[in-house]
Amino acid sequence: MDFLTLIQVFDTTIRLATPLLLACLAGLFSERAGIFDIGLEGKMLASAFLTAAVAAVTGSVLVGLLAGIGGAMALAGIHGLASITFRGNQLISGVAINFLAAGLTVVVAQSWFGQGGRTPQLSGNARFGTIDLPFAAEIRDIPLLGPIYADLISGHSLLVYVGLLMVPLTWYVLFRTRFGLRLRAVGENPAAVDTAGISVVGLRYAAVAICGLLTGLAGAYLSTGLQAGFVKDMTAGRGYIALAALIFAKWRPWYALGACLLFGFLQALALRPDVIEGTLGFEVGVQLLDALPYILTVVILAGFVGRAIPPRAGGEPYVKER
Amino acid sequence: MQRMPQWADVILIPLISLILAAVLSALVILAIGENPWAALKLMVEGSLGSTYAWGYTLYYATNFIFTGLAVAVAIHARLFNIGGEGQAMLGGLGVALIALFIPWPHWTLALLGGAVGAALFGAAWAFIPAWLQAKRGSHVVITTIMFNFIAAALLNYLLIGALKPQGSMEPATGRFPEATHLPTFQDMFSTAETALFRGAPVNVSFFVALIACVAVWALIWRTRLGYEIRAYGQSEGAAKYAGISPVKIIVVTMLISGGLAGMMAINNVMGEAERLVLNAVEGAGFIGIAVALMGRSHPFGVLLAALLFGFLYQGGAELALWTSIPRELIVVIQALVILFTGALDNMVRMPLEGLFLRLRRAPKPDRKTSPAE
Amino acid sequence: MTDQTPAIELKGISKAFGPVQANKDISIRVMPGTIHGIIGENGAGKSTLMSILYGFYRADAGEIWVDGRRTEIPDSQAAIRAGIGMVFQHFKLVQNFSVLENVVLGAEDGAMLRPSLAKARRELKDLAAEYELNIDPDARIEDIGVGMQQRVEILKALYRQADILILDEPTGVLTPAEADHLFRILKGLRDQGKTIILITHKLREIMEITDTVSVMRRGEMTATVQTAETSPPELAELMVGRKVLLQVEKVPPKPGKTVLEVENLRVVDSKGVERLRKIGFEIRAGEILGIAGVAGNGQSELLEVLGGYRRAEGTVRLNGKPLELAGRHANGRARRAAGVAHVPEDRHHEGLILDFSAWENVAFGYHDRPEFNKGLFMDNAAIKADAAAKMERFDVRPPHPHLAAKNFSGGNQQKIVVAREIERNPDLLLIGQPTRGVDIGAIEFIHEQIVALRDMGKAVLLVSVELDEIMSLSDRIAVMFDGKIMGERLPAETDERELGLLMAGITDTDKPHSEAEIEANLARRHASADKEA
Repeated sequence: MDFLTLIQVFDTTIRLATPLLLACLAGLFSERAGIFDIGLEGKMLASAFLTAAVAAVTGSVLVGLLAGIGGAMALAGIHGLASITFRGNQLISGVAINFLAAGLTVVVAQSWFGQGGRTPQLSGNARFGTIDLPFAAEIRDIPLLGPIYADLISGHSLLVYVGLLMVPLTWYVLFRTRFGLRLRAVGENPAAVDTAGISVVGLRYAAVAICGLLTGLAGAYLSTGLQAGFVKDMTAGRGYIALAALIFAKWRPWYALGACLLFGFLQALALRPDVIEGTLGFEVGVQLLDALPYILTVVILAGFVGRAIPPRAGGEPYVKER
Repeated sequence: MQRMPQWADVILIPLISLILAAVLSALVILAIGENPWAALKLMVEGSLGSTYAWGYTLYYATNFIFTGLAVAVAIHARLFNIGGEGQAMLGGLGVALIALFIPWPHWTLALLGGAVGAALFGAAWAFIPAWLQAKRGSHVVITTIMFNFIAAALLNYLLIGALKPQGSMEPATGRFPEATHLPTFQDMFSTAETALFRGAPVNVSFFVALIACVAVWALIWRTRLGYEIRAYGQSEGAAKYAGISPVKIIVVTMLISGGLAGMMAINNVMGEAERLVLNAVEGAGFIGIAVALMGRSHPFGVLLAALLFGFLYQGGAELALWTSIPRELIVVIQALVILFTGALDNMVRMPLEGLFLRLRRAPKPDRKTSPAE
Repeated sequence: MTDQTPAIELKGISKAFGPVQANKDISIRVMPGTIHGIIGENGAGKSTLMSILYGFYRADAGEIWVDGRRTEIPDSQAAIRAGIGMVFQHFKLVQNFSVLENVVLGAEDGAMLRPSLAKARRELKDLAAEYELNIDPDARIEDIGVGMQQRVEILKALYRQADILILDEPTGVLTPAEADHLFRILKGLRDQGKTIILITHKLREIMEITDTVSVMRRGEMTATVQTAETSPPELAELMVGRKVLLQVEKVPPKPGKTVLEVENLRVVDSKGVERLRKIGFEIRAGEILGIAGVAGNGQSELLEVLGGYRRAEGTVRLNGKPLELAGRHANGRARRAAGVAHVPEDRHHEGLILDFSAWENVAFGYHDRPEFNKGLFMDNAAIKADAAAKMERFDVRPPHPHLAAKNFSGGNQQKIVVAREIERNPDLLLIGQPTRGVDIGAIEFIHEQIVALRDMGKAVLLVSVELDEIMSLSDRIAVMFDGKIMGERLPAETDERELGLLMAGITDTDKPHSEAEIEANLARRHASADKEA
């Protein structure tokens, strides 16, 4: 495998890792606050559709993005209502949200556009364009560093950079701010937060809202950055891979970046079977690469490679008791 | 002291949840410019209006009985098996291998062999998540989700590789031999003069599903194992104290659950398609979640809920055929049912409990009631 | 006293949980700079009252006055603003946070964490110096002991500048020595002008440390008196509403052959902590061995090992035959088959399945017995008949086997468990905290049943944190501390003071028990037992 192919594969890795990363960080906020969320998939899907649909109608991807975030946050609100206010089963709520999004997006898309559950192709301002970082063109010819900067680091859409910036930001918010301290506390022992005079409900809703916002960004990137329009079920299990990455990362922001890059890399390789065959000298089934993130996560979950301990109060609705 | 009578818990709450889901679905239909009343009539007509329609409704219901029972059995042990989809896929693989590679003399034996094979493969797919939960504490919800995807990849691999007949372009196995074809309701109930259930896929598996309902009921409420499963589900500490092994209960329950999910394959793979195709399960594993929640994890409730979803599924297909409402509307309804009967249960329950409490206290109007806390 | 403004005054507080009236029209005045005890039985409504004061629950009716001002306390934040701090019975700490982070949580200055933590670190140092509250601010909660954790809770309240400190059953998890330290801290706080409300059901603590005491019974405040002007018998009577019979009627024991022999029993928990340190003892037929000790010193582990659901090393023999301590037959089922019955300490999480009906519970653990089974299926009719008979003999009320276990009162729930275990005629009965959360009437009944079993020539191992119960029921008393048996005493030849010292880990000679000593003791006892046999 030559250097340029490598750059290409890594470039694809970054693009494929971005929606995973945004969704993974979304899940991180939610689960750190003690709200399990297997509805990442549904929220991404809703946002992917709404962003593309509104962008197609208005011609502006930014207006679309707002709509997408709004949609994802509305679903997050339902999840909050079910799991915080009505103390329902968070897993069941997540399953319901995934189906709700899978059904509604197609029903509404069919009703709006009549194209068999997809939106029209997007172009121009209705998509997120690529951003060329300064001096990208100038230093492309420098060996090694030039292509890395110009072709790998530069030239992605805005949301890719937003996703990467979210990693340090998430870390800072969680570990260096009052909000982060309280958020982590409410996921570990909500009673401690409650008796300290802080609203458990408020904190958890805040976490769920952030989760909605980030899944909104993730979905928007899928339909307006990675691709040019919405198609039925376009998340294709990415919400679950993000969930897997979150477990893989043991609910930590920097680890999440690593896990998402790894899973993105596997997805990128699945697109280039020739590269694998060229490197390894034998054929590797695409299906194996598809399944690898899930298999790895099961191995991690099994605790054979380091133990993944979720936040202690995760999944449990908070009921006041002495 | 009970907050409300049991009939309210068993009948009223699911009914109210269902009505809420129906109202919201009607609003969705209204919002996309169709007439909900006309849509409902079309659905009833298309799913219950003829023996042909019933033949599809019951066919779908058969799938959902198996997957619903699978989820219900697991819920009794407080395990949430989201892996019905993957287990049913593997069940299909089991049926396919048994139908293709064993020369069966008669369909009765083939049905028996197919059911055993389907159950074994489904159970095997549930075994690893079960074992990991029991021994390593890995959350069964997450692992079964992962195993759904791994199952999809595995079937994909086999159906475009080893199991695909030579020369075929389609990712599917070859047709099963004649002797494995199950009698449909058409074969069983049509007379020379009147053809009933003509062309509908409902087949003898439906009766196997009914037997499964009775068997699960007996298992849960009449056997030691069922007693222990319920005991473990209610209180792990108490189960350990009594000498009930959590490892055994988790593994055995998940094996039964996976086996039931896998057994769905005798209906859709052996009874209907008569070969194994990609995505044969079509989400029935997930509908099992809605069915089990709606049916309050009781086999009889599961049966009723499965019939309801059979009606929705067939009705939805008819709707998609005759109107511009896509089939996915059914997914929306399914989501709403899961939401209201599962996650938002308390939203329905709390006001209802308050109502019953007030009714009971009505003769003593002087007592103050505090807001729910 | 009337010339002073009360620090806290409650007027006509009422609170109901569904049909249960937890507090009925309660009024109380707590004077500043005093330690005010609130005493009452379990379930008398003490904790509910204090939770209302701390804004954890809202009263249905009544007023709260703080420092002479009518104050609304809708939530804990309001309570904190009003200068009230609370140390709950179950600590409200984040296990994987440091002491510092726990103290700061909810009382941060500004949105950034660093300045808050720095400030808290300084203040913690001052508080530690002022009140004997030394603690490492960077230690993680999960790594420090319960005594320390309680100090963190007190520091949390002080850091929030609480003038009024409520402590809910603070000594339940402490050794007598730790409790003494706590009382010193509390007295120091009072002398600095703080007001302290101490909730407890232990008469001794009330007498030792409070200035004023209020007594609660069944949700009502029955009296408030100066501690100096009352006595334990008077308080006890106010608590339960009638004279308490603390002594159990029983004939002298007639010990027979050795039923249970325990040697070198050792338990290491999942965190690698040694919970039982090679202990040994024996129980003879017709004898009650009482295990005294502060909760958490290995008693629970001992019961679990003997009950079959905790792995251990060492030797345990029942009627001369060894019991498996690890491996396939180390489980509750095998123990029952061998003749061990077990009334566990925690009836809600172990002894009963609350959502099961009473009849299903009466078969629990014995559900695989032949008399309850017909071939493949369970014989529910036989189980129901058996349950109805047992419930009648034990006077379980209401006598409805179909009612779910959760719908019975604590005493009747315990009767169901005791009936199930005792009626199987076991050789050895393990019974933990037999009367925790049980009303007085049922206590007497259960005590009688235990003694009756012993008089039938059965061996009984009684574990209780209630010293009175141990003293009145046991034929011999062993005291556990930190996974060891500190010593054995005869009830007639010891008193609460001596047992208290042992419970704190202090033996007469004030040196720790060595393994050799235990071995020697055991050998001696065996020799004498052999001689008698």
